[in-house]
Amino acid sequence: MSDDINDIKYAIEAKGLSKSFGGLFALKGIDLSINEGECVALFGPNGAGKTTLIKVLTTLSRPANGKVLIAGEDIKKNAVAVRRRIGVVSHQTFLYDNLTAYENLKFYGKMYDVPDLEQRIVDVITKVGLESRLRDRVGIFSRGMQQRLSIARAILHDPPIMLLDEPETGLDEQARSTLSELLKTLVAGNRTVLLTTHNLEWGFALADRLAILVKGKIVYEDSKQSLDMTTFRETYNRCVGARS
Amino acid sequence: MKIRGSLRNNTLLGLGFALMMISLYLMFIYVPTEKGMGIIQRIFYFHVPLAWVAFLAFFVVFITSILYLWKRDTKWDTLAHASAEIGVVFTTLVLITGPIWARPEWGSWWTWDARLTSSLILWLTYIAYLLVRSFAEEEEKGARFAAVIGIVGFINVPIVYLSVNLWRTQHPPELVSDLEGSMLLTLLVSITTFTILYCLLIMRNVSLKSGIAEVKRLRGLLEE
Amino acid sequence: MINYLGKVMTIFFKDLLSEFRTKAVASSVLLFAILVIIIFNFAFESDSDTIGLVAPGVLWVTFTFAGVLSMNRTFVVEKEKGCLEGLMLCPVSRDVLYWGKMISSLVLMLIIEAVVFPIFLILFDLPLWMPRLAIVALLGTLGFASVGTLFSALAANTKARDMALPIIFFPVVVPVIIAAVKATDLILNSGTWHEMSSWLEILIAFDVIFLVVSALVFEFVIEE
Repeated sequence: MSDDINDIKYAIEAKGLSKSFGGLFALKGIDLSINEGECVALFGPNGAGKTTLIKVLTTLSRPANGKVLIAGEDIKKNAVAVRRRIGVVSHQTFLYDNLTAYENLKFYGKMYDVPDLEQRIVDVITKVGLESRLRDRVGIFSRGMQQRLSIARAILHDPPIMLLDEPETGLDEQARSTLSELLKTLVAGNRTVLLTTHNLEWGFALADRLAILVKGKIVYEDSKQSLDMTTFRETYNRCVGARS
Repeated sequence: MKIRGSLRNNTLLGLGFALMMISLYLMFIYVPTEKGMGIIQRIFYFHVPLAWVAFLAFFVVFITSILYLWKRDTKWDTLAHASAEIGVVFTTLVLITGPIWARPEWGSWWTWDARLTSSLILWLTYIAYLLVRSFAEEEEKGARFAAVIGIVGFINVPIVYLSVNLWRTQHPPELVSDLEGSMLLTLLVSITTFTILYCLLIMRNVSLKSGIAEVKRLRGLLEE
Repeated sequence: MINYLGKVMTIFFKDLLSEFRTKAVASSVLLFAILVIIIFNFAFESDSDTIGLVAPGVLWVTFTFAGVLSMNRTFVVEKEKGCLEGLMLCPVSRDVLYWGKMISSLVLMLIIEAVVFPIFLILFDLPLWMPRLAIVALLGTLGFASVGTLFSALAANTKARDMALPIIFFPVVVPVIIAAVKATDLILNSGTWHEMSSWLEILIAFDVIFLVVSALVFEFVIEE
C-alpha cells in the first residue's frame, strides 16, 4: 500500500471493466479515466448499469473482468486502501435513524480512524449547515437534511475521491439546489468527483465532463466546453433512443 | 469435438445400461435371499448405492461451491447446482427405500436414528440450497448464497451425525465386512452402476443448464 | 490487533446504543419468548411428573424461535437506509463486520435469555440457581449466533427475507439444539459433569467450527 499518490495520472482508471453472470452482461468493457480534481457526470436511463458501475468502483461488487485503479490502488488487491480514499453518497443515506447526527458521525469516524474526531465532526456538520441539529435523532430529519448529513458522513475522512450515485433522487427542488451548492464546494476543494444521475440539467450544471452509459457501455464521452444543454439533450436522446 | 463428446456420452450410456441390467439380475435373481430378514433385504442393494451417490453428489457440491467462490467461474456453479439437484433426488429415494425396509424389520416406518435423521437433515439443507437461488434478486447472488449453504451444510454433516448418534441409534452398522461373497459382489456392482448413473445424469443436467444459460444470453443479445 | 478489536467493538456499541434507544427488538422478542413458553405449558399440560421431560425441549425451542426472530432483525435494520453498504465501505476487512454483528446478536440474545430464564424456571417450578445451565446456554447461544449472523445477512439480501432465515438456519443448528437439550436435560435431572461432557464437546466443536467458517465466507453473502 503506497500513500504516495503524486505520480499517479488518474484518480479513477477503469480498463475493460465488465460484470456478467452466465452470459448476461451488466457492464460490457467499460473504459473510463478521470483526472484528479475533475468532476465527471455519468448519465443513463434506469437499468443502464450506473449503480452497478459505482458498486464495482467502490469495492462493494466484484467485477468479472478488467482492471480498476482508484487513487492508484487496485480494487481487487487492495480494497481496504481504496475504501479509505473514497467517499460515497448514494440515494440511500447509510445513516441510522435511531442514532443522533453526532452518534452517526462518531460511529463512521471511528470506523475510518479519523484523527481529532470531535473537531472534525464539528467541521463537517458546519459545512453542511446542520450544526444546530447535531444532537437530534436522524429519524426525524427531512429527506434533504438526511442527504446533507450523508454528505457530511462521506467527507468525514477527507477522501480525495467522491462517488455519488444518484444523490438527488427523492429530493425536492430546493433541497436539490442546496445539494448542488454543497457539491460545488466539494469539487472546488480539489476533490475528484464521479456523479451518476438521470437528471440531465442538474448533472450538466455540475460536471466538467459528461458521459452516457447505455446498456452497460459508455456510448458517449466529452468535455463540457464544446456543448450547451440543448445539444447535449439531443445527444442523450439519440444515444438512449438508438439503443433501446 | 462435438461428435467425440456425444460418442463418449453414448459409450457411458451403453455401459450404464448394461450394468443396470446386470445389477438388476444380480439383485433379484442371482443373490440368495438373506435368511434373517427375508425378501425385503434385497432393497439394501438399492438403498446403499443410492445413499452413496447422494453423499457423493453433495461432496461434489461442496468442492465445486468452494471453487466457485474462489474462481467465480460460472461453470463451477452450474456443476454445483446440477449435482445438488441429483443429490436431492437420490436422498429422496434413500428416504423412501429406508422406511420400506424398516417397517418389516423394526416394526415402524421411521425411527430417529443417526443415519436416518442425518439423511433427513441433509435433504432439508439441500432443498434450502435449491430454494435460496430463487430467493435472490440476481442470479449471481443466488449462486453465491447457494455456494455458502453448500459449504456450511456439508461441513455440518459429521457434526449432525455425531450428535444424533450420541442421542440414539438403531440403524444396522455397515454390514460390508461380514457380507457373504455373492452379496458383496452384488452390492459392489450396484454401487458402480449407480455411480455411472450419477455421472450420466450430471452430464445431462450440466448441458441442460448450459443450454438454458445460452438461451438467456442470446435472448439478451436479441433485445439489444 | 487492538485496532481490529476496536472496530469490532465500535460496531457492537453502535448496535447496542441503537437497540437501547428503541428497545424494539428486545421487548418484542422477549414478549414472544414468554408467550411461546406459556403456549407450550398448555400444549404439554405439564405437571410435576412430566416437567423434567418436557422442560429442556420447551426452553430450547423457545430460544431457537426467539433467536431467529431477533437475528432476522439485526440485518434488516442495516438494510433500511442502506447502512450495510455504509459498513461495507468502511476501510476494514469483511470479517470485522461479521464479528461485530455476531457479538451484537449474541449479547442481545443473552440479554433476552437472562430475562426469560428465571421466568421459565418459575413457571415450570424448577430451582432458580443453576450455574451449569448458564454455561450450556452460553455455548448454545454462541452456536446460534455464529451461523445465525451469517444466514441472517444472507436472508436480508434476498426477496424472501423473513422466510429465508428459518429455512436455512434450522437444518444447520440441529446439532446445537440436540446437544443443548440433552445437556439441559442432564442438569435438570441431576446428571453429572461427566455425563454432560460429550454434549458440551459437541457444542464447543460446533461453535469453533462455525465461527471460523462463517467469518471466512461472510464476505460472499454481503457482497453486492
